Amino acid sequence: MPFREVMEAKYRDILTKYIKEQSESTLYIGQKFSRKSIENQVTPEEIISLHKMILQEIYPDMPEYVVHSFDILLEIMLGYGFAYREHQSLRNQQKELRSEIEIAANVQQTLLETKIPSVEGLDIGAISVPARLMNGDYYNFVEDENDCISIAIADVIGKGIPAALCMSMIKYAMDSIPANRNEPSMLLENLNRVVEQNVDPSMFITMFYGMYDYARHVFSYASAGHEPGFYYDGKKREFSEIYAKGLMLGIDKKTKYRQYEKNIHPGDMIILLSDGVTECRTDEGFVEKETLLNYIRKYIHCSAQEIVNNIFKDLEKLQDFQLRDDFTLIIIKRRV
Amino acid sequence: MNIKIEVMEHDNLLEVKLAGEIDAYTAPKLRETLFPLSEQEQVNMVVDLTDVGYMDSTGLGVFVGVFKSIRSKDGELKLIGLSKRLIRLFEITGLAEIMDINSQNEGEEE
Repeated sequence: MPFREVMEAKYRDILTKYIKEQSESTLYIGQKFSRKSIENQVTPEEIISLHKMILQEIYPDMPEYVVHSFDILLEIMLGYGFAYREHQSLRNQQKELRSEIEIAANVQQTLLETKIPSVEGLDIGAISVPARLMNGDYYNFVEDENDCISIAIADVIGKGIPAALCMSMIKYAMDSIPANRNEPSMLLENLNRVVEQNVDPSMFITMFYGMYDYARHVFSYASAGHEPGFYYDGKKREFSEIYAKGLMLGIDKKTKYRQYEKNIHPGDMIILLSDGVTECRTDEGFVEKETLLNYIRKYIHCSAQEIVNNIFKDLEKLQDFQLRDDFTLIIIKRRV
Repeated sequence: MNIKIEVMEHDNLLEVKLAGEIDAYTAPKLRETLFPLSEQEQVNMVVDLTDVGYMDSTGLGVFVGVFKSIRSKDGELKLIGLSKRLIRLFEITGLAEIMDINSQNEGEEE
């Protein structure tokens, strides 16, 4: 039976019971009633009218002043009723917006989708998790005809929807830069011009761009202000920062980028990340570089995809499952 | 999480003192305060970050925007009182090379 039809009887029951004996259990039933009436959009003033009516029924000779006092209470609760209805309609609007954003996030995911290339001799893993609905981090793999894999990892300064929209534009700019210009430093220089001219002046992008030549096992790279990644020397079992200096994209259109090269030996690893990884905050402060490297050591025997998944799970737990920033981690392992 | 912004103006110099955290929630307030100031001709602005405990890349975006705006009007922007962590943020992004950061403290600290 619909709640509104039984509401009166129920309320009468609760009220008479409580007047007779003031028990905790009746109060509890009252709480449940309140939740039900909110669910069914019963306004505060309706409840007061009901209360007044039932009281008059039970106590026909209730003093006049008590009856009048309800009129004043009713008048005052009207305002609360309005606020409540406004809250309801805002909640509905919020639901609509949320579902629209969810659709947009799906569209974005489709637009930015990239496939991890499978190449003999290499083991690649990648994870990217947005802090909110839409991701301002981005990574992309492209395999070309010259035995090269290019890897881009980028972070838009800013979060949420504006950052995500901006990312979609970057992907298309990257796709439209001719393939023969895909040398990391050249690509960043071209992309920088595009961002400088076309993106909102208060929006900036950091990007690391690398090219892995899997015929020669040489990794060339350049960075536009991106969080430095790490190189793992499999022989020495040591990590070192992948040093690459450069100004972030979108600030100065004349910026030049330096390109670096590294030989990758069997058992070596390249670790690329976004600042969401190093900016993980816990109650005790930031996650230090050493902590992160220890996590990598802990899982080093796993496959690249397992390593990134496990590290994400551990760091997420460390932060009480509250990501503050988009989180992206890529690992490229040269098989032994 | 909040931010306190204090602006003092004397002898052609705009002194901005910040205290608190700069992140996605407080950055809009900072932007709203600093941008109108940055759009005047030849502004000389000094921002003191000594009491800023945390700043993420959103905050960085605000300062870069302000920096570009001030430079386009032939003004100057100086950031002082940056913590080690903040200096690293400016160094990684390459901004330390084009912006004036902690220059007055160099002599004292080294």
